[in-house]
Amino acid sequence: MGWISDFLLLNDPTLRVVVPGVLLLCGMSAAVGCFTFLRKKSLIGDAVSHSVLPGICIAFILNGEKNIFYFLLGAMISGLASVLIIDYLTKSRFARNDTAIALMLSVFFGLGIVLLTYIQHQGNASQAGLDSFLFGKAASLNKDDLMIFGISSLLIFLLIAFLLRGFSLVSFDDSFAMSIGFPVVWLKSLLSVLTVWSIATGIQAVGVVLMAALLIAPALAARMWTNSIIKMLLLAGIFGMLSGYSGAFVSYALPQMPTGPWIVVMASVIAFGSLLLAPRKGLFSQIIERNNNEKKILQENILKIFYHIDEKSGETQKAVLQEDLLNQRSFSNRNMRKGLRILERKNYLSNHLGAWSLTSSGRVEAKRIVRLHRLWELYLQEYLHLDPDHVHDDAEAMEHVITPEIEAQLDVLLGNPTIDPHQTQIPSKDE
Amino acid sequence: MNSNDLWIVFTAIAVALICALPGCFLVLRRMAMVGDAISHAVLPGIVIAYLLSGSRNTMYILPGAAAAGMLVTVLIEWLQKRLRVQSDASIGLVYTLLFAIGVILVTAFTAQTDLDQECVLYGEIAYVPFDMMSIVDGGFSAPRQLWIASGLLTVLIIVITLGYRGLYLSTFDPGYATAIGISVVFWHYILMSMVSLAAVVSFESVGAVLVVALLTGPPAIASLFAKRLPLMLLLACVFGVLACVFGYLIASFLNASISGSIAVVIGVLYAFSLVIKKIFF
Repeated sequence: MGWISDFLLLNDPTLRVVVPGVLLLCGMSAAVGCFTFLRKKSLIGDAVSHSVLPGICIAFILNGEKNIFYFLLGAMISGLASVLIIDYLTKSRFARNDTAIALMLSVFFGLGIVLLTYIQHQGNASQAGLDSFLFGKAASLNKDDLMIFGISSLLIFLLIAFLLRGFSLVSFDDSFAMSIGFPVVWLKSLLSVLTVWSIATGIQAVGVVLMAALLIAPALAARMWTNSIIKMLLLAGIFGMLSGYSGAFVSYALPQMPTGPWIVVMASVIAFGSLLLAPRKGLFSQIIERNNNEKKILQENILKIFYHIDEKSGETQKAVLQEDLLNQRSFSNRNMRKGLRILERKNYLSNHLGAWSLTSSGRVEAKRIVRLHRLWELYLQEYLHLDPDHVHDDAEAMEHVITPEIEAQLDVLLGNPTIDPHQTQIPSKDE
Repeated sequence: MNSNDLWIVFTAIAVALICALPGCFLVLRRMAMVGDAISHAVLPGIVIAYLLSGSRNTMYILPGAAAAGMLVTVLIEWLQKRLRVQSDASIGLVYTLLFAIGVILVTAFTAQTDLDQECVLYGEIAYVPFDMMSIVDGGFSAPRQLWIASGLLTVLIIVITLGYRGLYLSTFDPGYATAIGISVVFWHYILMSMVSLAAVVSFESVGAVLVVALLTGPPAIASLFAKRLPLMLLLACVFGVLACVFGYLIASFLNASISGSIAVVIGVLYAFSLVIKKIFF
């Protein structure tokens, strides 16, 4: 297992360049990706990443050798050109946004492929490895690359730190940003330049085809965990670096494996993991929340039946058989049993020889729900002028969500009422 | 031009036609980027079908890869509807993941699949004349790719002709279509399977990204001039054919990638059409 510690301790000199390089690239594009994600322009990032290819090839043709400065310059120019053309096509309504993006993406990429194959057939010996821009060449990064990545990440970090307020405003609500006097056009253009810049540098790690993932996946994952832009930027940076690190690890362990696709797979795993597991917004917690809600509604509906039976018979805490409960209101047998069991555990119901009755705390709870139901019915009648026979269904839904504060307001608004639209008693709050 | 050149151009034209027809509906439905996602996502489908069936037989590859294309549309819709992920991010997330998996599989099993990373991106249309076959023994012989593409073209033309009303109404006025009892969902999936099949068949010839050029380019040019759907379909086919012919000429002149040149010609045609539209219309 020596190679694992070699990787972790960066014992290999190439690792000392590759790992920091990949971390910088992934962190940087993840942070910039947050803004493109929030502006719902993730696919522009996709178009740009495909569009930088011809720029790189032209830089090589003009310069005759592989030089990262010229590559970056060429990539910036062709990337920005495609952004401008997409903007023009969309604004002038010649093409819809999605068509414009798909068209520019494939045409620029096609041009890149033509130039790349043209260069390859020219037989210039120094072109070898140019095609690594297609899928990235993380394993062959050198110290010059590393320096450039360091400088660009620092620049991007500083720009984001100083202009965070402006950037977030144009990302969330650009008309508001305009109305309070922010230079929206400048900020948006700067964001576009930053996007193109981070893509132009980032393609060295994952290549033009998969670069979009480095912008989208960490931002999407981070968005699931937080609502604060600062936390989102930090989280996205961490997620990006994590995927870069693990991608580099895989390609170190299995040298024939391409690094770029593995980084993308790792980033996607984090994104899908967040989509499923994140608290509140994640799929699982949504399912749990919905189940809890359904359970709560079930319990409250059962308690109401007991109250109604008490009310009709004039006794309090009358014992009822399960079959009689089912006659009052339709539940599936299974749900009814489940609800009764939970209520017994909560000590709202007690069971004597198969007959169920409210406990005293159960009666208080049942009364609360019936009270909310009837208050809402009365409110609908008084304020929305609905007929008494139209108010019940709405109250069925609202009774489960009315908070004590709203209850108090309703009470004041309706003048401490005692009779609901169906001429039944509204239970009083105290007792 | 010798017969090899002709076979390449014919294959390119067949591929352009099978992309242009469903592409028109994609462009009209604002789903061009879904086409992009599908065309990337068929890669893992192709590789897995290769590995499972152990053969290059189209009978296995076509359904396998088309299934991957459908999986992508279903995943994107699931992300959008169930998890309320914005549409751009869900498209970007899904297709990059599937394409990355495809590239990893290609790298890991290069020997078994005779695919390599570059063919995934450029396609290998220049080699189609080396893989000839005839349907009857000793009968008329043409490139295998051309047979497959023409077969699919026939199917697409039949489906679009028979299902024209459903495709047309569900594209332009889904509400009305639903009201008169046409299932919008059904036609959506018919379209998506046409796109998936077109993407799979074109993939081997022109590669992942340039499928997108053929799916969206000719329809986008056609939509600049055509005001009616039949004319748009026809014009898209015409521009597709033009792009193939000129693309091939440029490619042989520069000794560069054929599929790349076709995409460039599509871009140039689009630019010309914009100028013509601005001046004359």
